[in-house]
Order: sequence, then C-alpha cells, then structure tokens
Amino acid sequence: MKEFVALIVVVFVTGVIYWGVEPFAHSQMNPKVEPADYTFADLQPIDTAKGNIGNGKELVVANCIACHSINKEGLESPFAPEDALSAYGVVPPDLSSAGFIYETNFLANAIKNIAVATKQTHKFDGNHPMPAYDWMSDQEIADIVAYLVSIAPASMTNKEVFIDSCGRCHDVRYDKWQANGGLKTYLGAKVPDLSMMIRSRNMDYLHTFINDPQKRLAGTAMPRVGLTESAEIQVVKYMEEVGDSKKAERESLGWKMVLFMLVMGVIAYLWKRKVWHDAH
Amino acid sequence: MAEIRKADGIVDWLDQRIAIRPLMKVLMTEYWIPKNINFLWAMGVVLVVLFTLLVVSGLFLLMYYKPDTKLAFDSVNYTIMQEVEYGWLWRHLHAVSASVCFLIIYIHMFVGIYYGSYKKGREMIWITGMLLFVLFSAEAFSGYMLPWGQMSYWAAAVITNLFSAIPVIGPDLVIWIRGNFIVSDATLTRFFMLHVVLLPVIIIAVIVMHFYTLRIPHVNNAYGEEIDFEKEAEKFKAGNKKESKVIPFWPMFLSKDFFVASFFLAILFYLTCYHYSFALDPINFDPADHLKTPPHIYPEWYFLWSYEVLRGFFFSADLGLIAFGIANVIFVLLPWLDRSNVVAPAHKRPAFMVWYWVLIADMIVLTIWGKLPPTGVNAYIGFVASILFLFLLLVALPVITKLEAKKNGQ
Repeated sequence: MKEFVALIVVVFVTGVIYWGVEPFAHSQMNPKVEPADYTFADLQPIDTAKGNIGNGKELVVANCIACHSINKEGLESPFAPEDALSAYGVVPPDLSSAGFIYETNFLANAIKNIAVATKQTHKFDGNHPMPAYDWMSDQEIADIVAYLVSIAPASMTNKEVFIDSCGRCHDVRYDKWQANGGLKTYLGAKVPDLSMMIRSRNMDYLHTFINDPQKRLAGTAMPRVGLTESAEIQVVKYMEEVGDSKKAERESLGWKMVLFMLVMGVIAYLWKRKVWHDAH
Repeated sequence: MAEIRKADGIVDWLDQRIAIRPLMKVLMTEYWIPKNINFLWAMGVVLVVLFTLLVVSGLFLLMYYKPDTKLAFDSVNYTIMQEVEYGWLWRHLHAVSASVCFLIIYIHMFVGIYYGSYKKGREMIWITGMLLFVLFSAEAFSGYMLPWGQMSYWAAAVITNLFSAIPVIGPDLVIWIRGNFIVSDATLTRFFMLHVVLLPVIIIAVIVMHFYTLRIPHVNNAYGEEIDFEKEAEKFKAGNKKESKVIPFWPMFLSKDFFVASFFLAILFYLTCYHYSFALDPINFDPADHLKTPPHIYPEWYFLWSYEVLRGFFFSADLGLIAFGIANVIFVLLPWLDRSNVVAPAHKRPAFMVWYWVLIADMIVLTIWGKLPPTGVNAYIGFVASILFLFLLLVALPVITKLEAKKNGQ
C-alpha cells in the first residue's frame, strides 16, 4: 500500500513536470492561430459552377498558352525553361492538374489577380510575372476554371501533388528532388528543404501554414498556394513518407517490444514471489 | 601459484583460476541488502539498465555518424534514420533513454534526500552520485550537439558563452573551448570525442566507485534503521529468513528489480516507438544555421531548473551566473548543510518534510518557467523561485536541521 502511494506521488510529480514543459510551455510560446480555411473566404466569391467548358478552352488557348504549357492536352510550352527563366525569372507552371490541386474559388481569384490571391501584395505591386486578368468578366474567368477542372486528372499520387504544388521552389533532398522552377532565389529568401519538415513542425502548424503562410510567418515571401483540403493532405502525406519513412515499421515493432517487456515483468513478479516466499 | 587440479566443470575450472565462487559471494549472494526497501530502491538498477542501453545504442550510432558539420545532420537524419536497418530504433532509443535517464536520476536523488541516505557514513555514496550527475550532464550536453540541428547549435553557443563571464580569462576561455570564434567544426569534433570516449570512460569508472562506496555503510532502508548487517546475515544464512532484516543481492533483491525494470522498459519502448518526440526537440530537425537564431532557445527539460536560476536574476548577468554556479554544486554539500544526525524518512522529520516538498515544488516551478519566455510576469516568477531555491538550501536547511538536532539533544 505504501509502495502504491509512493508510485502515485512519483507519477503525479512527473506528470506535472511533463504537462508544464510540453503542452503548457508550448501553448505559451506559440500563440493560437485560426484554423485552416479551405474556402478562402477572404477572396471575392466567383461562381465557377456555371462555367462553360468550351468557351473556357478558347479563352485558355487565346490567353494562357502564350506562357503556360498544358502537356496533358498536347499544348507544349512555347519556350524552353532556360529561356523562360531569363525572360521572366521564373518557369511558368504547367496547367494540366491545376483543376485538381487548387480550390476553384482560389483558382478563379488567382487568374483575376495573382498577388492578391496568393497574399503577396507586399512583394509585388502590379509587377507579378503573371499579369492580372481582372479585365475579364467573372463569367469568363469561371469558364477558364471550368475548363481547367474538366481536364484535371481524377487522382494523383502524393508525390505528384507535392511536386506540382511545392516542388517548383522547394527541394526534398532525402527524396532526391531538386526544385527547378527558378524560384529558389526569386523572392529574395532562402527556400528551405522540406525533407524534415514533417518532424520540425507539428501537423497543426503544417496545415495552417500551407493553407495561409502569412498567418504563421507574417511577411514571408511564400505565396498562399490555395490547395484544396484533400490536395494539402496529400502534400503532408508525401512529406511524412519522406521524413518519417520508417513510421510503419516503428508502429508495428513497438507493441511487440512493449508486450514482451510486460510478459517479462509478470514472469519476474512470479519469480520474485517465489524467492521471497519464506522471507515474510 | 595455487595448485591446479583437474576441474570437474566450467565453474570449478574458473574458480581455480580467478576465484569465481568467492567473487560471486562478495558481489552477489552474500552482498546484503536491507529487506525493508521499496520499489524506489530499484532506480539504481534501472539506471544501470539505461546506461547499458545508451552504450549499446551509442555504439551502433557511432558506426554511421559523421562528426563533420557538413555531414552530421544528414548522417543522423538520413543515413541512420532512413537507410540503416533499424537505425531509427537505435537513434530513438538513445535519445529517449538519455532523457528518461535524467528523470530516473532525479527520482534516485530525491529518494536519497527523502530517506536521508546522504547522511552519516553515507556521504561518499552521495558525493560520487552527484559527481555522476555532473558527468551525465556533460555527457548529455555534448551528445545533444552532435546531430547539428538548430537547437544543438544554439544551445552549444549559449552554454559555451557562459564561460565568457569568468573574470579576466573568460573571453579567451570561450574561444579555447570552441576552438574557434563561433561554434564550428572544431567544436563539434571535440564534443564528439568527449561524448563517445572521455566522458563515458570516466562515467564507468565513477559508477564502479559509486557501487564500491555502498560496500561499507551499506544501503539505507525505508525506516532509516541502523542494521547490524553481520548479525542479520548470520540469521539469514542459518535459514532464519523471516527474522533476518537483510536479503542477499542475488537472487532476492534483483528478483524485485527485474520486475520493476521490466515494467520500466515497457514504458521506455512505448515512448521510443510511439512518443519519441517528447525527447527530441522539433527545432532540432532544422539543420543548424549560424545566421538564423531560433525564436526561443532553451535546454532539454532536465536542465531547465538550473537554466532558470541562471536567468532568474534577469537584472544582472553576473549574479545569475553566480547563482547558477551555486545551484550546480550545492547538492554535493547536502550532507553538511543538513546539520542533524537523524537518519529517518522525511515523514518522521516534520520540519524537514515541509522543507522537502517546498523544494520539490520550487524545482518544478523553476523547470516549467525555465522554458517559458522570460518576459513580463514570468521574469519575476523566475526571480522569486531562484531566490527561494538558494534560500531553501543555504539558509532554511541548516536552520531547521540545527533545531532538529537540538531537540534530539545532539
């Protein structure tokens, strides 16, 4: 009984220290931020549901493929990546899967005014390499989005989503991925390698940061990427596949090791009872 | 040379050459331990288990770790964690054991204080124990630096910089310790040597010494009772096991320890596989960057209390450093700060009991506030807790134990 009281005291004191050093101290150091908003409610709503796919395609061919490729539709980039880099300082992204990874309202607003949609007005004052298409009507923009959604793939692997969403700027050395979009130095900040991000930031941080970088790191050069919730989950999953590649092995071995020690403990206890039998 | 006859078995063969039977008697079967001890006395054996785990896992890590600032981070986070089979297991086991080791050291230490095991005749046990604590601290600090993450780097920068406050030689001393003007490759390689060779060897030597110091005054017990070990041992050997107040180290004492250690290892393995992050600061998964300071720099949890004593005197860096120095050595002097001869558990010593729990509470406050940013009201809480810590050990303890001694007509 006395031993039981001692155990409770030890567990209680350890618990208080753990609570204070981990959850309590972290809550004091990292102020709460709003949860991720996948509807991008701060942007002007553009109803993309009634977009006309055929008209969208015509608009895309007339406006977008001067810079962008849409490889899936056989529309190749008008210039080589090196030429794009020297002309614009950046390689414009391929649009084949834009309709899959970007939330539609965000995508519409990105076409309309990219600096506003990506929350980069502090970096770009009307000089974003992607010009604003705010002279188009909302219906025309909705048509473009409808077209991009119509050609988007039904599913993508986690890695494909990651490369499409983040891989133009970020390296993932541990998966031998080198960013090639020319953006590593483009915005005047060193772009971090993401190999270990799954461990150096917690899940809540990653989701709120990817959804809106300014919320966690005010003034950062990183654009708001505007991913849908499911695309973002795929991005984080990929980061976990790279940064925590032994997770499955760890979790399947763990309970076996714990169970083994518990069985050992019971056997040791029975042995203890035996050797102490005639001592009491 | 002794006369060697044909051996009747392996034990006999060894006995004739290295006297294994008397050795086992002295070390195991006739090394007497009081019967009246609880599971808290198993912490010593738990620490031996942990230290063994640390050495073994450390050797495996050593096979792949590269002590070079350009390679260190990737050798840990990529080679060991991802390419080496079960490298993650050794790495997590090493990191979790290091952190848990301190928890057990603190339990071991405060059990010693609670039951008065540092007193009257047992001073050498206490001093070698505190020496081990200091050595483990140096071992932990030098090891923390090796993965070359952000917190490794900045913790090393902050701690080595402490030496600059030493009068006259301070600034030169810092450069000498670092081997450079900033924490750099030279610092990493020398800390690597300290962590894998020099400190472990000294630790092993002091552990042997710590065990040896138990031999003459024997282990204390839950009542602080003075036991005539020879008389009690005779009773035990005569088969009078019920009446004897002692038990042999093997098998009786260890059978209990095996049971405690097994359940302890179950918890350790749970942490290793499912909750490793409690021991690994997430910031340390960012590679070291000497141009970018992390927003908060703090040591591992087990150093937070003394770190808070250092920061507690927020208005004077010198006072803080002096207090920090005192905090780190004051426990060594405990046998002399306690002026009473009474060896009894704290619940039999009313004033000491109050002192003990106030000290525990104060150290918890210091630990938690050691992590919080030292701004606003936090700075004052840290200041009061630091003053209280020094007061408890330097003033309160001698006074209450002197009064206790007077009451006992000492």
